[in-house]
Amino acid sequence: MLARSSTSGIAPMTDPAPAFLALDGLSKRYADHVAVDALTLGVAQGEFISLLGPSGCGKTTTLQMIAGFTEPSGGAIRLEGRDLVAVKPARRGLGIVFQSYALFPHMTAAENVAFGLEMQRVPKAERARRVTDALALVGLSALAERYPRRMSGGQQQRVALARALVIQPRILLLDEPLSNLDAKLREEMQIELRQIQRRIGTTTILVTHDQHEAMALSDRIVVMNAGKVEQIGRPQDVYERPATPFVASFLGKTNVFEALVERGADGAAAVLGTVRCPCPPHLAGAGHVLLTVRPEKIAFADEGLACRIVSRVFQGTYWLFIGETPAGVATIVCQNDGAAQPGEGESVHLTWRADDAALRPLSGAGA
Amino acid sequence: MSALADTAPRRAGMPGWLAPALMLLPAMLLVVGVVLVPLALTALLSFHSFSSSTGISAGYALENWAEIAGDPYYAEMFLRTFRIAGVVTLACCLIGAPEAYIIHRMRAPWKGIFLVVTLGPLLISVVARTLGWALLFGGRNGVVNKALMDLGILSQPIPFMFTEGGVMVALTHVMVPFMVLSVWAVLQRLDPRAENAAASLGASQFTVLTRIVLPQVMPGILSGAIIVFALSASAFATPAIIGGRRLKVAATLAYDEFLNTLNWPLGAAVALLLLVAIAAIVIGCNALVERHYSKVFQ
Ligand SMILES: Nc1ncnc2c1ncn2[C@@H]1O[C@H](COP(=O)(O)OP(=O)(O)O)[C@@H](O)[C@H]1O
Ligand SMILES: [Mg+2]
Repeated sequence: MLARSSTSGIAPMTDPAPAFLALDGLSKRYADHVAVDALTLGVAQGEFISLLGPSGCGKTTTLQMIAGFTEPSGGAIRLEGRDLVAVKPARRGLGIVFQSYALFPHMTAAENVAFGLEMQRVPKAERARRVTDALALVGLSALAERYPRRMSGGQQQRVALARALVIQPRILLLDEPLSNLDAKLREEMQIELRQIQRRIGTTTILVTHDQHEAMALSDRIVVMNAGKVEQIGRPQDVYERPATPFVASFLGKTNVFEALVERGADGAAAVLGTVRCPCPPHLAGAGHVLLTVRPEKIAFADEGLACRIVSRVFQGTYWLFIGETPAGVATIVCQNDGAAQPGEGESVHLTWRADDAALRPLSGAGA
Repeated sequence: MSALADTAPRRAGMPGWLAPALMLLPAMLLVVGVVLVPLALTALLSFHSFSSSTGISAGYALENWAEIAGDPYYAEMFLRTFRIAGVVTLACCLIGAPEAYIIHRMRAPWKGIFLVVTLGPLLISVVARTLGWALLFGGRNGVVNKALMDLGILSQPIPFMFTEGGVMVALTHVMVPFMVLSVWAVLQRLDPRAENAAASLGASQFTVLTRIVLPQVMPGILSGAIIVFALSASAFATPAIIGGRRLKVAATLAYDEFLNTLNWPLGAAVALLLLVAIAAIVIGCNALVERHYSKVFQ
């Protein structure tokens, strides 16, 4: 994840600015099922938003409704307060990068990029200048005269990006634009994408099923599941304060322990070994609760939750431990800072800060 | 037992080219025996001379070729043949390409139904399909002509039989499925999202068709055109039924020379010239198309 750890604490989860693009109860029903269910979202101008969720959760459908290629079954889309649903796709002025790139195979890279400007009847000289600039922006100046079939996936993807950016769209819609690239190129393109977006300031909506990509790029993340929004928030909030069990499990690994609720002098607390986490009032009455804590928030200590290390895997920048505790299997991640690490078969104690744990009732999804 | 055991080592010792050559042998024999030898004989035949009293002479002469080159009658025959083939090709492009695209864009049940309706006629004999036209428009007793005249809309039958226009219409009807097939194959490979991408860049529906779809479909239209042209120029059944002996084309002319005039050498010369002309046109067009598209679609 990129360096954005400056602010800690909880940010408001409501939309911060008046919406530039507003989705209001947007729905899409197909014959037998609901692909997108009453999605409400406000996007501020210049914001970078990600729609994150597993395959089939309705991300593409949402994007296609904004783009105008899929008719919503219900709800409204407003751009700067004006209804967008009645506007034809060709008149929406949005830049779209399709998952398959959808380049025009019979045109060179430069012709692909120039197409949108031709449609806007931009004079020839200015068109040539803007095409050159756009190709330079994505680092493809040398390949201007090449046909898409003769380009690598990453190069095609960048042509698609240049083609969408050159028309200076009001909103940039990206549908899993990096999913076909190998890991190294994808990382490079993520950084490039973010830099381009920062420089130009285009409002951007990115669809992805890759949590790392969403967290690395976005100002805010919309986590979706089965057509519904699970949570909307800044990456660190969504990661640290998942609103639902789904969000917690979808964004990174998480430990789930069953903990006993004890009433003490300091009020009710969930207890695991000697680790005590204060219980909110609505859970104080329960006998047991579920406690979730991220692997990297767990530390080894002299006392806490007893744990026997079952396996230890070296991952380069960190160590990954799997341990057995009375409350269930534990996953622990430790920075490889050179300090000695417990070995397999050793007995240790686990601890974490009460702030880093989230409590939930035992049964049902407590959203 | 021992024979089987012997076979394996001997086969392993064969030179590398022998196995493929042996496998090709039956097909090669067929091509040589049924295509190349008769073709060579036809070519030889065209250099014999013929007289109606003595038949085919033994010596060789350029008599037939000189007659074809000198008599404007033959020039007219060939001109007509290629005029008909050219018009039919153009008509097939104009009808078949949009037809394929429209069917391609149809929804699930209709797409399949219309494709079968379009390609189904390929299962029916060309003769049957052409006779259909003759039944509808054949002189005073053709169904359509008779109906129109009985209703008093026409006083004369529509001139269809024994006209170039009639041959063109019937041939177009026969050839359109080939164009649809050829364009269809290309359409299947088209990414529909490229059309959406063009629309999102501000292109109208018409612009999407002319600037995005048509250029990508062009190779299919061109290869379809080559097929249709070659088949139309060498077509026999349709010109024979609609054109008859009053309106001859190269193929029916050769047939007549062989079976009616019994001037085999002249018929052979006509047939050979037709073959060479079609081959030259098809190979030339194909080379042009390949050169133009090689840089884009490779
Ligand atoms: N044209 C369609 N007809 C019927 N169902 C569809 C259609 N398009 C998408 N779906 C369904 O809608 C759901 C959401 O699809 P999609 O938005 O493509 O998911 P995602 O992009 O998140 O992977 C899926 O279950 C998919 O099968
Ligand atoms: Mg998708």
